[in-house]
Amino acid sequence: MRNMRGDAMRGLAVFISDIRNCKSREAELRRINKELTNIRQRFRADKTLDGYQKKKYVCKLLFIFLLGHDIDFGYMEAVNLLSSNKYTEKQIGYLFISVIMNSSTEMKQLIIQNIRNDIQSRNPIFINLALQCVANIGDKEMATAFTHEIPRLLTSGDTIDPVKQSAALCLLRLHRTSPESLQLNTEWTARIIHLLNDQHLGVATAAVSLIDALVKRSPDEYKGCVNLAVSRLSRIVTSSYTDFQDYTYYFVPAPWLCVKLLRLLQNYPPPDDPSVRSRLNECLDTILNKAQEPLKSKKVQHSNARNAVLFEAINLIIHMDCESSLLVRACNQLGQFLQNRETNLRYLALESMCLLATSEFSHEAVKKHQETVINALKSERDVSVRQRAVDLLYAMCDRSNAEDIVQEMLTYLETADYTIREEMVLKIAILSEKYAVDYKWYLDIMLKLIRIAGDFVSEEVWYRVIQVVVNRSDVQSYAAKIAFEALQAPACHENMIKVAGYILGEYGNLIALDLRSTPMIQFDLLHSKYHLCSPTTRSLLLSTYMKFINLFPEIKQHIQDVLRHDSNYRSSDVEIQQRAIEYLRLSEICSPTVLATVLEIMPPYPEKQSPLLVRLKQKKPLMEAENNSEPSVTTTTTHTEDVPKFAETAIHLNQQQQQQQQQNGLLVSFDTIESNTHFGESTSYSLPSTITTTETTIQSSKKFLFKNSDIIFENDLLQIGIKGEATKHILRVEFYYGNKTNFNLTNISTNITLLDELESELRLNLEPIKPTIDPKAQIKQSGTIECLQEFRDLPKINFSFL
Amino acid sequence: MIQFILLFSRQGKLRLQKWYTSQTEKSKKKITRELIATVLSRKPKMSSFLEWKDLKIVYKRYASLYFCCAIEQEDNELLTLETIHRYVELLDKYFGSVCELDIIFNFEKAYFIFDEFILGGEIQETSKKSVLKAINDQDVIQEEELEEKRSVLEDLGLA
Repeated sequence: MRNMRGDAMRGLAVFISDIRNCKSREAELRRINKELTNIRQRFRADKTLDGYQKKKYVCKLLFIFLLGHDIDFGYMEAVNLLSSNKYTEKQIGYLFISVIMNSSTEMKQLIIQNIRNDIQSRNPIFINLALQCVANIGDKEMATAFTHEIPRLLTSGDTIDPVKQSAALCLLRLHRTSPESLQLNTEWTARIIHLLNDQHLGVATAAVSLIDALVKRSPDEYKGCVNLAVSRLSRIVTSSYTDFQDYTYYFVPAPWLCVKLLRLLQNYPPPDDPSVRSRLNECLDTILNKAQEPLKSKKVQHSNARNAVLFEAINLIIHMDCESSLLVRACNQLGQFLQNRETNLRYLALESMCLLATSEFSHEAVKKHQETVINALKSERDVSVRQRAVDLLYAMCDRSNAEDIVQEMLTYLETADYTIREEMVLKIAILSEKYAVDYKWYLDIMLKLIRIAGDFVSEEVWYRVIQVVVNRSDVQSYAAKIAFEALQAPACHENMIKVAGYILGEYGNLIALDLRSTPMIQFDLLHSKYHLCSPTTRSLLLSTYMKFINLFPEIKQHIQDVLRHDSNYRSSDVEIQQRAIEYLRLSEICSPTVLATVLEIMPPYPEKQSPLLVRLKQKKPLMEAENNSEPSVTTTTTHTEDVPKFAETAIHLNQQQQQQQQQNGLLVSFDTIESNTHFGESTSYSLPSTITTTETTIQSSKKFLFKNSDIIFENDLLQIGIKGEATKHILRVEFYYGNKTNFNLTNISTNITLLDELESELRLNLEPIKPTIDPKAQIKQSGTIECLQEFRDLPKINFSFL
Repeated sequence: MIQFILLFSRQGKLRLQKWYTSQTEKSKKKITRELIATVLSRKPKMSSFLEWKDLKIVYKRYASLYFCCAIEQEDNELLTLETIHRYVELLDKYFGSVCELDIIFNFEKAYFIFDEFILGGEIQETSKKSVLKAINDQDVIQEEELEEKRSVLEDLGLA
């Protein structure tokens, strides 16, 4: 080991040795504290320390900090070092600041002043130090302070190359941390774009990253970069490896620059200009060809660099999604990688194929590799590779292979890592619902899912199962049958009990005639699990028992006894107690006809977007780049008699997340399963949830006696809903105004009036509302309504728009 | 962009940490702890890439040190692997057969080399020669400043 330090900061080397020689953590702490005390004294000493000493001590503090201890002094000294005219002292000062002081401090202005001095100093090494500091810790204040100087440095002809490089990335950092503070003059645009052509490859490399970010901010302004990028890329790719001297990496010319250029091009659609486009295609062709050539070196660095460029090129091909020949070639190349000896390549191939699977040109080609992928799932030793295989199976699933894929995923689930089980459950649930031709198959899969991975089956998953069963009358008896059978297993997961309990409650009558599943047997079976369940499940079961009283009057006595039992009637759980008491009473005083009406079968749920998809997106926000050819249907709340094909409307993988959000927002909280189930289970008092037609309807306010959220007004243009949550005398309320048209609604104003006595009985407090609603979007207005006294009338809402 | 780079030993001791995003100290410590545990538990034949929270982690072991790089979803993993390799080459050339001790005793130099190579989370200079030249120039200045100091002290009769 060369002694790099020479004579510089000997004391630091000694200190580090001491720390390393400490035998225990306590000894280390003692040594550190001793040093800290020493440094503190030195800093406080009357005579001013010379720069060299200061530098040494600041460096020691930095070392202590990096060991993991907190440093609460020395900042002033570090900032002082910045104003030294010795390079090494400045350097240490900047290092300290970059590492330790990257959050806001009072000394920010002082630091900024020092940086400014250095930038204006005309000494390139000082300028570079300052720029590097800004690039490392730049924030809003720095962006405002340097919004003119740094771009000027970047685009000026006088600036030397190393400074230009730093300036480019400095600007990038400022842009990332606070884009609004950075005012970029359009006169600089052309010059910045031109940096792509710079002779110095380092400058070009740095500039591309900056341009990539600026393009994302204003794609039109920087459109000119496409041509330059394509020609630069083409020159590099077709060059011989000797052309770039030191920028060639293990026989691959300028791989970093290539990859960055390829990434830059992914911000734009394929070029319009035919000559540019053909040049780009040639380029991509060349890259694909080169990948087939024998390796120029045995070193893994060579193949990694070459393949890095290849993978990025494939990403671009997938993004452009227009040249089918290129796509097919890309797919084949990836197919080869799938079976490569190197794990890394197999991993990346699986990842890239996921993207390919979503393109309609190559979806079929991807499916050819199904066998390989399934094998990977079974045989790969690395769990992260298996995970990628799962992702790919999910992406390549369609009607033709859904059954196989779901089966393979289920088998894998049995032995899968716990961390990924919940995601897998969601995926299996979504796939099996989407591609179910026969809903009996769907139910089988779902029950199997609950059996295998019950703990990871979230509520939305089994709610969805119920939704499907309720909406499809043809599978209801099958559902009852298999639910019953599932309950007979000796060890039954609680989620299974919930699902089976609900299903039997609704449809137990469909299998009651079979001698093996008479009402008494059904009840006994459920009740045998009763005491093993959590209170929530028991509440659900009580509702089921109530439904049984209606369905099977012959066992009414029996059930009533259960309800009367102390464990329910006087249960410490309030919900159980309430249900037991109320149900018992209900069963005692109601005539059979009333009972039958009250406990009527659940009506079909309105079609909405699957909450499962929402949940999956939350877990993996970047997965869903998928692209389905089915158009996304804006669902409405109309209660239609012929339930539309559930699969098509219910689940949509939408390409643009934003549109997703809007659609989601439009109907987000109305008639959610939760509110339905809650009310639906305790009693079926909820009136048929919507009576909307396409005419103007003002909903009956009576339903709000039983519900906290629903639509209060709907017509062709507009939908207004309300969601409320009451605690004591305050109702936290949210108004949702949804725009059903394809035009903007502007000049929105809403006015809630309290007439006469209401004014003293209620107190309103609402936020101001946005003045426009975008087409097919929804805005929200929150507020509170406080009840001061009993009131009889209702407030009026006056809603106007243009 | 690269979000952060960590260098740690097989015993889990952090030797170098370079952060390109603003984080509180507490969250940095937490991330470091979790990530070190995750990477150390990987077996030798496994892939060099893994998904962690919403980032991609690329790591490679050189002798007793793990080099671990966290990148974003759009970044190129293979290339990051080579970025790590390039950094190791730089260290190697500069220190002459670099070992862990070099990095421990000359940590500030390791940071300076970083800044010449990667800035703001993006690669800036991929020519090994240019980076090394810049660092060597810095060393020359350091020597000059030391000379100055020494000669001043000598003049004063204090050397």
